[in-house]
Amino acid sequence: MTLHIDISEENLAGILAKAFRNRSFLAGFVITALVAAVALISFFWTPFDVTRLIIADKTQGPSLTHWFGTDHFGRDILSMIMVGARNSIAVALVAVGIGMGVGVPLGAFAAARGGIVDEAVMRLNDLVFAFPALLSAIMITAIFGPGALNAIIAIGIFNIPVFARVARAGALAIWPREFILAARAAGKGRTLITLEHVLPNIVTLLLVQGTIQFALGILAEAGLSYVGLGTQPPMPSWGRMLFDAQTRMVAAPWMALFPGMAIAVTVLGLNLLGDGIADILDPRSRRQR
Amino acid sequence: MNLLEIENLSLTIGGTPILKRVELSVAPGEVMGLVGESGSGKSMTALTVMQLLPWAARATGRIAFDGIDILAASEDQMCALRGDDIGMVFQEPMTALNPVKTIGEQVAEGIRWHIRASRADAEERARKMLDRVGLPAAQFPLSRYPHELSGGQRQRVVIAIACALKPKLLIADEPTTALDVVLQAQILDLLRDLVAENRMGLLLISHDLAVVTEMADRITILRHGEVMEAGDTARTLSGQFHPYTRQLAQASMHVPARAKTQEVGQGKPLLQVDSLTRDYPGRRTSLLKRAAPIRAVDDVSFSVDPGQSVALVGRSGCGKSTLARMVLALDGPSSGTIRFRGEVITGKSEAELRPARRDMQVVFQDPYGSFDPRQKVEKLVAEPLHVLEKKPTNTERREMVAKALHEVGLSPRDMDKYPHEFSGGQRQRLSIARAIITRPRLVVADEPVSALDVSIRAQILDLFAELNQKLGIAYLFITHDLTVARAITDQVMVMHDGRIVERGGTSEVLDHPQSEAAKALVAAAPDLHRAIARRLQEQG
Amino acid sequence: MTAYLLKRLAIALATLALASMVVFAVLEIIPGDPARLMLGLNASAEQVELLRNQMGLDAPLAARYLRWAGGLLSLDFGRSYTYSVPVIDLVRERVVVSLPLALIALALSTVIAIPVGLFSASRRGRAGDTIAMGAAQLGVAVPNFWFALMLIYLFAVWLRLVPAGGFPGWSAGVWPALKSLLLPAVALALPQAAILARVTRSALIEVLHEDYIRTARAKGLPYRAVLWRHALRNAMIPVLTILGLQFAFLLAGTIIIENIFYLPGLGRLVFQAITQRDLIVVESVVMLLVAAVIAVNLLVDLSYAVVDPRLRSRQ
Repeated sequence: MTLHIDISEENLAGILAKAFRNRSFLAGFVITALVAAVALISFFWTPFDVTRLIIADKTQGPSLTHWFGTDHFGRDILSMIMVGARNSIAVALVAVGIGMGVGVPLGAFAAARGGIVDEAVMRLNDLVFAFPALLSAIMITAIFGPGALNAIIAIGIFNIPVFARVARAGALAIWPREFILAARAAGKGRTLITLEHVLPNIVTLLLVQGTIQFALGILAEAGLSYVGLGTQPPMPSWGRMLFDAQTRMVAAPWMALFPGMAIAVTVLGLNLLGDGIADILDPRSRRQR
Repeated sequence: MNLLEIENLSLTIGGTPILKRVELSVAPGEVMGLVGESGSGKSMTALTVMQLLPWAARATGRIAFDGIDILAASEDQMCALRGDDIGMVFQEPMTALNPVKTIGEQVAEGIRWHIRASRADAEERARKMLDRVGLPAAQFPLSRYPHELSGGQRQRVVIAIACALKPKLLIADEPTTALDVVLQAQILDLLRDLVAENRMGLLLISHDLAVVTEMADRITILRHGEVMEAGDTARTLSGQFHPYTRQLAQASMHVPARAKTQEVGQGKPLLQVDSLTRDYPGRRTSLLKRAAPIRAVDDVSFSVDPGQSVALVGRSGCGKSTLARMVLALDGPSSGTIRFRGEVITGKSEAELRPARRDMQVVFQDPYGSFDPRQKVEKLVAEPLHVLEKKPTNTERREMVAKALHEVGLSPRDMDKYPHEFSGGQRQRLSIARAIITRPRLVVADEPVSALDVSIRAQILDLFAELNQKLGIAYLFITHDLTVARAITDQVMVMHDGRIVERGGTSEVLDHPQSEAAKALVAAAPDLHRAIARRLQEQG
Repeated sequence: MTAYLLKRLAIALATLALASMVVFAVLEIIPGDPARLMLGLNASAEQVELLRNQMGLDAPLAARYLRWAGGLLSLDFGRSYTYSVPVIDLVRERVVVSLPLALIALALSTVIAIPVGLFSASRRGRAGDTIAMGAAQLGVAVPNFWFALMLIYLFAVWLRLVPAGGFPGWSAGVWPALKSLLLPAVALALPQAAILARVTRSALIEVLHEDYIRTARAKGLPYRAVLWRHALRNAMIPVLTILGLQFAFLLAGTIIIENIFYLPGLGRLVFQAITQRDLIVVESVVMLLVAAVIAVNLLVDLSYAVVDPRLRSRQ
């Protein structure tokens, strides 16, 4: 993706005012908040208990009792989607956390030191990039066996070079600025300058990338669970629900329809949110509005 | 009949008025200078003539070019005019050319498009045009890419594109602002010759009164989108009847009042530079051979006494900024030493440099780029306090910032604002406040006024002069602008190809330059006094 | 230019070498002795020892790595524990399914995305742009395996136009084979096309703000000609970058998609190998896919040099 490293020169109030006039941001914010709310509610209440199997109610189509129908064990799909949301969000969020926590310091460090350190970090990046998330997941499951935790690690590892790259590119655009020279003339060291001047100026960039990676994480978790390498049953997960639906496409298409839509809507919301943030904070896109 | 006739032109962009009832005309073979400070609407006037405005722009009034009503013309009609009858040259030569196309393709493209010439014919004409603008085939074949050319050479290519089809009107928007004075003089000569050869009309847009005076037959002075005064160049500027014209002219020639304080040879020098050299790794031409290093600074020695104001002048790329960075200990030399207050500061660690940093501060060129937009003024101005041995308390810090702000003519209330709330001139005051907060003994200023409008520039120069008097701060003033050097410094050093080729009292060097480099600089530097005098003389 | 190419090549080779060490190390970490695994629980200690010796498992780590890496270079990946055939034979059978699938998907996504990106950029802010980008926004959000399920439901179950899965093999003729790859390729390509279209559009819009676009307009070129002649080539760099990344995604994507459509490709092979703990197969396929990703990224690096003359003259 192309990076805009123009620094926004506005304070928080101005940005917020803009945010709520941006359609992309508003839609994304509402959808994301809704998904998060559903996940939270599922801790206290779901229409049905997802741990109880009622075979008598199996593969029923959508009705007033079961809005999204039931699966082959008679579990309520809406309730499973609600519980699955917290699983998806948790995995993707922690994976973004790992990616940011390791990647950003690495990228910022590489940009601050330059030379051989920079080269080494970038080559390490290349190495991780050579293993697409699913491949690293396969490797990790091959060692440790499948499970949600391993999915988190696999997706998290893949996030590291992404954030390292964005942080480095952002920091490299900040370092030649005159205000950095001014800080150096004031006797400040690289670490202090990175903390005081570089990171605050690339935070928006990281935020945008964060929403993108969050969305990708949701997709990746669903993919891994779908092929049986992620979250394990009986814990409901969107990917696993789709796997169960696959062989029943003819008899119970709703089993595939609703979990898929849950994934799509969540990812759409996050992407809209990211687009909105980028729009609001990129002075160039603002100019044409 | 006039070639270009602008009558009662008003322009709004997204509802904001940009131009108000502008009147302007250009006759064939005439140079019309359009002068104004930033935001006066001079570039917008040019883009309106070209019909290359942003989509939200609305223009009313009349623009007639060669009998064609521009504001009523269709996009197809405009495409036929642009590049054929009207050419345009822009300010930034570094970005004005497509990086992935050869210069031959870019010059020939317009020719092929307009007169449907064959590739071979178009390339032949492109070749002739490039020869004409001073890019001979031997050194500059059509297959060159823009990145292989320097800024001045690229501007010649842009001129070749604009003039390839011998347009009736050329619009040049700050064509030399990004170039150094020597290149500026060359490009202006080229434009002058092209006008004479083809009886082309030239609309020359500039913020620099001296440049316009040297070039233009008539001038139009624009302010806030309105024409302040228009007329014959010599008469307008020598008479200075309009108050704004007078203000502009005086600001252009402004010299701050400074009492001569400098007594030479009073004890030890503040800054002493001995045979300083800085090499950069060169570009490798072959895999096996080591590249010859590029010598940016070559065996430079000089000294600055306490309280002395010294100018370092030279063309762009002569090494003056590299030298400044080494003096500020932001870059290490390849060899040689720098002594500051008698102590060697080269090769020292950041911790060892702290005491020196306290007494040495910097002011940069770009009033927009030199502040972190995320921090408030208080924190920004207080940044150099980092080097103090004893960290000031919060109240002390605020007091010091308030005092520094007061000294540069800002209000202590400005402390809680963000930098974007200030204008360019105010930001440069902030920059100076930051530089003086530790009460340094030396301030290195790298082109500190060259990004500012003339009227603001005059005020900032006054401020520099005042602080020099009041606080006894020595200056190392890096500038390409001899007017600035003359205004503010006692001594001047001329740098050329990494070496200091001449040093002496400012007025001696600038009035009677000895070295070739200094002579070239002085000869090329636009000077309003001289230009007006010459104009008047020509007209008798 | 040669310097640039050599540097990229060296980096690609170094990455490949490092990746092989990672893959090898993973195999080392995995608990369980392949010799015992192959011989079953009833084998005696001597038999296991003998096989270990035969397989070279008792050699020092570095020697084993070198032997394994040397084997990879001569396409000798070792023998599958479960099938007891050379891994290379298994791979050869499967790659003729996976590679065409990935290539068709890549071609499809490029052919769809670049015109859409151009269209959107040239009609920025108008209805066509809004609709195209809305569709792209949806396309990015839809997981490809779910999209695949929906395609199966629509085209195979409901309309009965194409088979729902399975692969007749190339011996059954090119058309039947291609036909069975069509749905999987579409399922892979469309979400990627959505991403690529968005990138193409934003890269073009970015380039359209450059000064040289204004120079071209001042030459008298109409907007459309400026877009084609000046903007497109400059916008290719980010597009190529994404294209390179997408190849990695597509390869990984084939693993899932092959499972949905019951295609006997590398993805299916790797899955069966995981469940059977046939680690040498897992390792070989992973190594192969990693090599493909690295090779494609090298190609992207080289194509930068073709597009951008500045890279050609830089070291």
